[in-house]
Amino acid sequence: MDFRSSDTITGPRSEDVLPTTATAAVKVVIVGGFGVGKTTMVGSVSEIRPLTTEETMTQAGVGVDDNVGVESKTATTVAMDFGRISLSEELILYLFGTPGQERFWFLWNGLFEGALGAVVLIDTRRLQVSFDVIGRLEERGVPFVVAVNTFPDAPHHPVEALRNALDLPDEVPIIDCDARLRASSRDVLLTLMRYLHSLAVPLT
Amino acid sequence: MSAPRRERRKADPALSDPERLYVITGDTDGERAALDLVTMVVSQAEPSPTVQPEQAAILRLCRAPLSVAEISAYLSLPFSVVTSLLTELLATELIESRAPIVRAALPDRSLLEAVMHGLQKL
Repeated sequence: MDFRSSDTITGPRSEDVLPTTATAAVKVVIVGGFGVGKTTMVGSVSEIRPLTTEETMTQAGVGVDDNVGVESKTATTVAMDFGRISLSEELILYLFGTPGQERFWFLWNGLFEGALGAVVLIDTRRLQVSFDVIGRLEERGVPFVVAVNTFPDAPHHPVEALRNALDLPDEVPIIDCDARLRASSRDVLLTLMRYLHSLAVPLT
Repeated sequence: MSAPRRERRKADPALSDPERLYVITGDTDGERAALDLVTMVVSQAEPSPTVQPEQAAILRLCRAPLSVAEISAYLSLPFSVVTSLLTELLATELIESRAPIVRAALPDRSLLEAVMHGLQKL
């Protein structure tokens, strides 16, 4: 593996350096089909320019596939864009935009299991793409909200029609958003947090 | 809407069990530290000449807290490579790590309120 000389590593810009008090991190996953606007949403609310972490599929296949000698043929690099929001001096929120295909989720340990929740970003022109994603989140018991990225030429469906087509229970929020706008993307995250809050049982 | 309709699925307890992930991903070497994408890492020492270049780069990057995902991004190294480098640095106490706050069976209301408060300031 190539490794750039450590002198040439570009770390965070000085304004992006976290205070030493930043010790508590939480994460939210934004999941959706290709081209639905995941990276746009991450970028619009992130305080840093979105970064990319990657993993190679061969890692997951080690010991499973008989690929001795043909490793280079089976290596697929999967990238995931992410951003960051400093919520306070101590608490940092990371947002990961991940592809809808479940086989990629295993590349990063605990991507969903440790997340507070997920945002399923959908495009009404390609609604079926989100069926599988929603099903897999349900199976895993990951709480999620659905955000409809309002593309100008996309058909607009009433929320109840969408809820019916997506077969979502009444309590799961469905909201419109414009992933390009910070305020709109922030409101999606707030909707998710309020929903998670509503799932919490009051302490007795 | 006449479009196809999705059918709701039931939560599968086996899938929401984090331990199952370790089985699936193998954890074949049995030695890698349990590091999440958002485990925060802070250096405890300056790199010495005996430290390998990748690890020296990590020690320099993590003078201020940085997540594993950010280390992977800045070094352009795959997540799994970074976790194995970090495992060695943890073993030799050259770095300190802070595990993320994960979703619990019962969501923590005060945590969610802190997140909401932070988002509202954006």
